[in-house]
Amino acid sequence: MLHIKCPHCGMRSQNEFSYGGDATVKRPALNKDVSDQDWNNFIYNRKSLRGKHWELWQHLSGCRQWIKVERDTATHEIFKTLKANEEIS
Amino acid sequence: MQKYSIFSLVKNALSNHETWDLAWKDPTPKKEYDVVIIGGGGHGLATAYYLAKEHNITNVAIIEKGWIGGGNVGRNTTIIRSNYMYDENALFSEFGMNLWRKMSQDLNYNVMFSPRGIINLAHSDAQMNVYARRGNSMRLNGIDAVLLNREQVREIIPMADFSENVRFPIFGGLMQPSAGTARHDAVAWGYARQADSMGVDIIQNCEVTGFDVSGGKIKGLRTSRGDIKVKKIGLCVAGSTNILAEKLNMTLPIETHLLQACVSEPVKPVLDRVVTFGAGHFYISQSDKGEMVMGGDLDGYNSYAQRGNLPTLQHVLTEGIAMMPFLSKLKMLRTWGGIMDMSMDGSPIIDKTHIEGLYLNCGWCYGGFKATPASGWTFAHTIAQDRVHELNAGYSLNRFNTGHLLDEKGLGTKTWIS
Repeated sequence: MLHIKCPHCGMRSQNEFSYGGDATVKRPALNKDVSDQDWNNFIYNRKSLRGKHWELWQHLSGCRQWIKVERDTATHEIFKTLKANEEIS
Repeated sequence: MQKYSIFSLVKNALSNHETWDLAWKDPTPKKEYDVVIIGGGGHGLATAYYLAKEHNITNVAIIEKGWIGGGNVGRNTTIIRSNYMYDENALFSEFGMNLWRKMSQDLNYNVMFSPRGIINLAHSDAQMNVYARRGNSMRLNGIDAVLLNREQVREIIPMADFSENVRFPIFGGLMQPSAGTARHDAVAWGYARQADSMGVDIIQNCEVTGFDVSGGKIKGLRTSRGDIKVKKIGLCVAGSTNILAEKLNMTLPIETHLLQACVSEPVKPVLDRVVTFGAGHFYISQSDKGEMVMGGDLDGYNSYAQRGNLPTLQHVLTEGIAMMPFLSKLKMLRTWGGIMDMSMDGSPIIDKTHIEGLYLNCGWCYGGFKATPASGWTFAHTIAQDRVHELNAGYSLNRFNTGHLLDEKGLGTKTWIS
């Protein structure tokens, strides 16, 4: 089982969280022309990295906040967690 | 190649089974091939077999990083079905069903195809309506489908929970009588043996490290066992698709996720169908050895681990026990996991790419095993003819740009939910 350190609540079990996918995907800017390719990249295309992967989780059965987690997709090791509004450095 | 038959069995029994021919060779990679298939799983092996058999292309190599049949073709729950609603999925799968029916004879290898039928249970009136609609769609495409009421289901699987006051009562189910199971390892080995006998080189323990692309064309590939010149490459690597796509500077509508399966200790025959739970995600059948073979949800987050976590397994088995309470008395024998190439609409991709000579076969989600023969057949056609067959025309990569998605379950792009 994964143990995820919620930046708001501390270390909690995976069972309290739900997954939200790749955290590096950026929505194209509003009120600007968006090419089909950019839109498709946002909606469908994913790198799905093997190794370190920044992803979104929601602490659904806890504080209900969305957070960012850096996890290794091959070993499940978790390196770092951030609040949703903190930038990935 | 030595033909397998009752006579060859008797003959080899007399020599203590010590003089059987090797089922396939262990060749050194040549410098040049007409076609290289990357990935020695079920789909890759089937593709090579149909390239040789249907298109007479035999200067072919299969490059496999590990050993053939060591990935998902050896890790699945062996279910074969064509109970799809959309025409593209239904016609493709039913074409595959016809290949399954004659596969043992075709390959001269007993794949133990067992058309025992699959029952998808319904737990509400609304779900019965949905299944009626799906059943009608199937029948319009020439696929057998029977809508069963509660009593009809009880007659077939009396061990399911038919008591009153359960959370998910069984209202009925949709049955495809011609669906079933097959021995998954035998499928890989059968295709490998026949492909090898027609001249295909099966190269194991050989990792692809890079591609040689120039002028928008495939020229060759680099491997851990040397460079190979080649005009056409078929990419057939399931959960590793994104890793190789990155080497080609491609980003695909695919995410890799982990799916677990498990078997119980063997018990006497109790279940002679494949059954799925309709109020969650759980499926079960009984193997010839007597083990209950079970699976369900993805682990729910991107993973290349090829092994699972317990919370999902516990969740899936809770569903199983809700459906068939006797399962709680069984001991678990083994659990394992495989990595799935989850596409953004739940349907696969078999297509050409923007690179000339590069062909893509991926996005099977967790329905890859049943598709093995049809996938190999259509992928071989796409590679040999350099154009898609009408059976896989719907499985284009471009559908994500044009909006012609095949979202059978209507779940959208959250691949870890589907």
